[in-house]
Amino acid sequence: MDTLYGLFIAPFADFGFMQRALIGSLMLSLGACPIGVFLMLRRMSLSGDAMAHAILPGAAAGFLFYGLEILPMTIGGLIAGVIVALGAGAVSRFTIQREDASMAAFYLISLAIGVLMVSIRGSSVDLMHVLFGTVLALNDEALTLIGGIVAVTLVSLAIFWRALVAECLDPLFLRSVSRLGSPVHFIFLGLVVLNLVGGFQALGTLLSVGLMMLPAAAARFWTVRVEPMCVLAVLIGFASCVAGLLLSYHASLPSGPAIILSAGVVYFASILFGTRGILRARIIHHRHRTA
Amino acid sequence: MTNTCLTFRDLTLGYGSHPAIHHLDGTIRKGSLTAVVGANGSGKSTLMKGIVGVLKPMAGEVIRAPGVRAAYLPQQSELDRSFPARVVDLVSLGLWPRRGLLGRHSKQDRDDVSKALMAVGLGGFEKRPIDTLSGGQLQRTLFARVLLQDADLILLDEPFNAVDAKTVGDLIALIKHWHGEERTIMVVVHDLDLVRQNFPETLLLARQPIAWGETRETLKPENLLRARRFHEAWEENAPWCEPDEHADGHDHDHHGHDHHHGVGPRAA
Repeated sequence: MDTLYGLFIAPFADFGFMQRALIGSLMLSLGACPIGVFLMLRRMSLSGDAMAHAILPGAAAGFLFYGLEILPMTIGGLIAGVIVALGAGAVSRFTIQREDASMAAFYLISLAIGVLMVSIRGSSVDLMHVLFGTVLALNDEALTLIGGIVAVTLVSLAIFWRALVAECLDPLFLRSVSRLGSPVHFIFLGLVVLNLVGGFQALGTLLSVGLMMLPAAAARFWTVRVEPMCVLAVLIGFASCVAGLLLSYHASLPSGPAIILSAGVVYFASILFGTRGILRARIIHHRHRTA
Repeated sequence: MTNTCLTFRDLTLGYGSHPAIHHLDGTIRKGSLTAVVGANGSGKSTLMKGIVGVLKPMAGEVIRAPGVRAAYLPQQSELDRSFPARVVDLVSLGLWPRRGLLGRHSKQDRDDVSKALMAVGLGGFEKRPIDTLSGGQLQRTLFARVLLQDADLILLDEPFNAVDAKTVGDLIALIKHWHGEERTIMVVVHDLDLVRQNFPETLLLARQPIAWGETRETLKPENLLRARRFHEAWEENAPWCEPDEHADGHDHDHHGHDHHHGVGPRAA
């Protein structure tokens, strides 16, 4: 019993920074995982990655002017992300170019600007900090920010759920009955940016997208409906955060990668054992019904 | 003109600078059942998109009578069949005009969804994932959604594609039922025999209306011949269509333009 306590509870019970890391990362999962499900279903899985890069110049600008302060970096990232998301979204909505191409163009430009700005000042250590985050150093300010982002995300999802589902499932139909199609697309892109920005303090720009996409990708193998898929993605996110933080604590690993790799393990397990996974589809279906 | 559902006024729709529907004038009567026929590229789908509003006119306008709600079944659906949804989720989208973004779906609504599925012969399909449906079953699912939309104006773009003969019969029966309920219906169809048997009115298109009115009149051999001679390709160096050429057309409600636009609508 004591070993179990020592393994799973003590790290969180005894250390304030671990508690904060846990609260912060669990809150992040609550908002980011459902967003990830919709990104995946809209075939924009890589857009999340692109957006995470696109945030860099904004965060770098905040870093350049104010040092390693969360608020300026967050606001900077938010602005850069929104510009790229709206720009790429608008190009794909109003021209013949598809979103993948416009997103690639916008994020590459944004990333180049970001790298340029970081290189103007700051050592590579600072750059690592921006890129890989510090879940173990979340202060009250950061937790409040993440909490706010999660609240906004969940409320927006609740309000626009039906439109978001319709926009993914049958966009032309939504356009024929409502003018919400384009607004809901941009609201969604805004939520993506918001959650990535929320994630970069905890996990860094490069890994925050992992907590968004991996649980979603894993959940895809278990269910054929959106609602359970979102719930499952959140649960997988929770489990990954707990497992990752414990792994990071006991094995002295960096926390961000540990969380993402935990999600990665769930992903591979889902590919194999999910109800729509490989084993079920390839091996265990000797029997079929008559109709 | 309370009897009018749709009015086209000098309507030109198209892509780039090329018209797919060229200076269409006329009206669609409330409660009418009109087949829209014509060769490939003659502007049938474009007209549907223009009416429903997903394509903005290059010139002129489509005027819907106040309060008329449209339901639209496109030819090329943008439906994502890999999306994790069940038949009931897809059909329930048809509740949008009734419940909008936030209205709760009541027991009555759910019953209506089941009834709509029964009406298209898909009773018991509620829980089926949409990626397991056949082409014809999907088409009937979309019909069920149109049914649920409870619209006054129903636009069906080639609804009988990839649908077996029995189902075509079922769907025609459904369309006639709607017709009986005084709904206004426009259907893009290729099968002229089907049109002759089931549609009282026909619009024959070849970018411009070739003929428009009672089906037997419209589908006369000479009209069909003229429609067939229609030149489908765009000409990059086609002369610009000058607006003042048509100035007289809508003022006097007759259709004798300088260049040949064919006969006007008789349903007006």
